[in-house]
Amino acid sequence: MPWDLKSDRPIYTQLIEQLELKICSGFYALGSKLPSVRDLAQEASVNPNTMQRALAKLEEDGLLYTNRTSGRFVTEDIKMIQKTKTKLAQEHIQEFLEKMKRLGFDRTDILNILAEMLEEAGK
Amino acid sequence: MNSILSCTNLSKAFGSTMALKNVNLEIARGRIVGLLGPNGSGKSTFIKICNELLTPTSGEIIIGGFKPGVETKKIVSYLPEKNYLNDWMKVSEIINFFKDFYADFNSEKAYDMLSRLNIRPESRLKTLSKGTKEKVQLILVMSREAQLYLLDEPIGGVDPAARNYILDTILKNYNEEATVILSTHLIADIEKILDDIIFLKDGQVVLQKTVDDIRSETGKSVDALFREVFKC
Repeated sequence: MPWDLKSDRPIYTQLIEQLELKICSGFYALGSKLPSVRDLAQEASVNPNTMQRALAKLEEDGLLYTNRTSGRFVTEDIKMIQKTKTKLAQEHIQEFLEKMKRLGFDRTDILNILAEMLEEAGK
Repeated sequence: MNSILSCTNLSKAFGSTMALKNVNLEIARGRIVGLLGPNGSGKSTFIKICNELLTPTSGEIIIGGFKPGVETKKIVSYLPEKNYLNDWMKVSEIINFFKDFYADFNSEKAYDMLSRLNIRPESRLKTLSKGTKEKVQLILVMSREAQLYLLDEPIGGVDPAARNYILDTILKNYNEEATVILSTHLIADIEKILDDIIFLKDGQVVLQKTVDDIRSETGKSVDALFREVFKC
């Protein structure tokens, strides 16, 4: 899973989003050990201090925890991950709804087109 | 603040031209700092003063507690804008040379980086391409365990693929206690690895901020902001 960083938003917030995504998608599995800050920073080609800040925030949120002697791990709490997944989904949908509104779609239009496309995709 | 470099009212005049005007800066340890500005804004002058290649007209600069001189050369690793290595020497001889010169030079690190870039230590420098010479020079500079790395245009002359390698090398080799200051015009390529940026304009500091502060306050990349501030 590559790191995709846009140039007009803070790197720190983008790193948080992408790490959340990697954890929710199971790329970093439940309870597994994360690579070191240095390795992660290098992988994403970002400053280690920025990566460190992003990891600290996720730790504060409870998605990661540090074992003082052996490194940083993904939480084992599946509820926690479920919660983050829901949060991410809500953010995406919020953005989608705003765009639809700009296109002039109302509630029914949105539900119709969604139903249509889901059916299409299901075939 | 535990700063590695601080300068107060630093000015440098070349005849009637003021290359630096009352520059006041504090640069903390453990940061990667971009020194950015258009041509003739004073970037190289500043870096040369840090290395005692130039002396300030007025004001003061302190690096790791000392004025530029013998003591600071022990802790500052400098990549000049031009190649100063002896063309007739072999890469391995230059490594020995650096090892003799600098107590903090780590040859193992240098050989390791050379092998990853497929540069043979027994090659003579004059047989290498311009870009490869620049890589050798950067390897030498980054193989020191210095407290301050001053890199004057480290990615100017190399292709985009090698550019990424060089940025990786900088990220990999700097340690948390050391600070890297690098000057460049190629902002878009490097802004992801920077903590802070300093904008120089006509010899004066017009902005000193963290990259993420700039992005969240202006909604622009440093590159876009630079184009705006220095619009011709």
